[in-house]
Amino acid sequence: MRRVVITGAGTINPLGHSVAATFEAMREGRCGIGPLDIRDVDRLSIKIGGQVKDYTPDDRFNRQQQALYDRFTQFTMIAAKEAIEQSGLEFAGSLAAEAGVVLGTSGGGLTTQDENYRAVYEEGKNRVHPFIVPKLMNNAAASHVSMTWNLKGPSFTVATACASSNHAMGQAFWLVRNGAARAMVTGGSESMLCFGGVKAWEGLRVMSRDACRPFSANRNGMVQGEGAGVFVFEDYEHANARGADILCEVAGFSMTSDAADIVMPSQQGAARAIAGALRDARISPSDVGYINAHGTGTTANDKTECAAVANVLGSHADKVMISSTKSMHGHLIGGTGAVELLAVVMALKDGIIAPTIGYEDPDPECALDVVPNEAREADISYALSNAFAFGGLNAVLALKKI
Amino acid sequence: MVESVKDRVVRIVAEQALLEPADISMDQTLEELSIDSMALVEAIFAIEEEFDISVPFNANEPEKSSFDISSVATIVAAVETLVKEQSG
Repeated sequence: MRRVVITGAGTINPLGHSVAATFEAMREGRCGIGPLDIRDVDRLSIKIGGQVKDYTPDDRFNRQQQALYDRFTQFTMIAAKEAIEQSGLEFAGSLAAEAGVVLGTSGGGLTTQDENYRAVYEEGKNRVHPFIVPKLMNNAAASHVSMTWNLKGPSFTVATACASSNHAMGQAFWLVRNGAARAMVTGGSESMLCFGGVKAWEGLRVMSRDACRPFSANRNGMVQGEGAGVFVFEDYEHANARGADILCEVAGFSMTSDAADIVMPSQQGAARAIAGALRDARISPSDVGYINAHGTGTTANDKTECAAVANVLGSHADKVMISSTKSMHGHLIGGTGAVELLAVVMALKDGIIAPTIGYEDPDPECALDVVPNEAREADISYALSNAFAFGGLNAVLALKKI
Repeated sequence: MVESVKDRVVRIVAEQALLEPADISMDQTLEELSIDSMALVEAIFAIEEEFDISVPFNANEPEKSSFDISSVATIVAAVETLVKEQSG
């Protein structure tokens, strides 16, 4: 088995248009959630979200590209460019053949679907743009990354709702660890902040109207975000031989299924995934310094997740830091694990633990060190990143400081 | 005869509980009727559609809602209030 390291990271999300800007916002505990600026917002009862701000597609993509790139693909391309440039890799010859891209998304080109259903149903048009299908398909982002950077190995898209990115990065990790690929571009993207996207979530009645306050006793639901996070996972020997800057190591991965309920989380399913990641990384609970929580800010998730962490970590659960950065960037659904992995990279590389902001009242059912409101300095060796999806599909990554 | 608000609410609750309306009694709780959180949000949706009203309810903080779900009777009363408030 080969060791796998991260040699590049990129992002665009509600906290910033780059990794540096995102790290700065996370260090400062800045909130990227605000009033939604989308069409027909007056017909929504949920009017807040973590939108990518100050973003003009014309500044980044020409007309032909925009005809093919849904907003979720645009975010992916911006994040992939930053990650691949940082890695310094150029994909040609045998390296191109042994490199691929696996990305997570839940809704894919949902904005494109929303706009075009509007055109045919609401506006009564009988014609849509010829590229709607290649624009809205869930694998559009992965395919455009593959085409733009000449990645000719294994490429595909993973859709497991809120765990999509973690599942995707887990597959990329396995491909490199098994020797099936030397480098993989991986992460995820989501752009669900359109009228239909938010309207659908409203129906479940789990959304907050004012803020995402994970682990706080007065939490009242999740807030949606949008954006992308993309990384370059690379064979350690390959990275080392070319003298690449290594951000951290991907040490382990585990996925489990609750096989129980389509929306309610299971403590056992989550606990098995956390324990599995520790086992896969060959570490013990006391090695874990930080956990980036799934931490959605719903009543059900946060107490279930804390119980699962306490169950697996035992007495060490009182010492570990666990924060939910969704309090700052919102829930990026299929892209969320990727943006949250940035907080893990920051923790391992810079020794700074991103806070859970908006924390107001302790909840006895979430009695862990949730790094409330202010970032903290800490020297840690291992960190976990949790994702637990609707449908009971869980994916946990274990990362190691290099 | 026009179906009363109570009868219409009971019909919706019965559908979610997989029971006949006649088998529902007013003092029953949702728990006793085996109505879980998903069935509850479906019932609220059905009530909103049936009466063309908007029901303020967040599953994360049911106790903070003015929509009291502690029994069939309280739900009927809450719907009657909302229908009055939101009519016209």
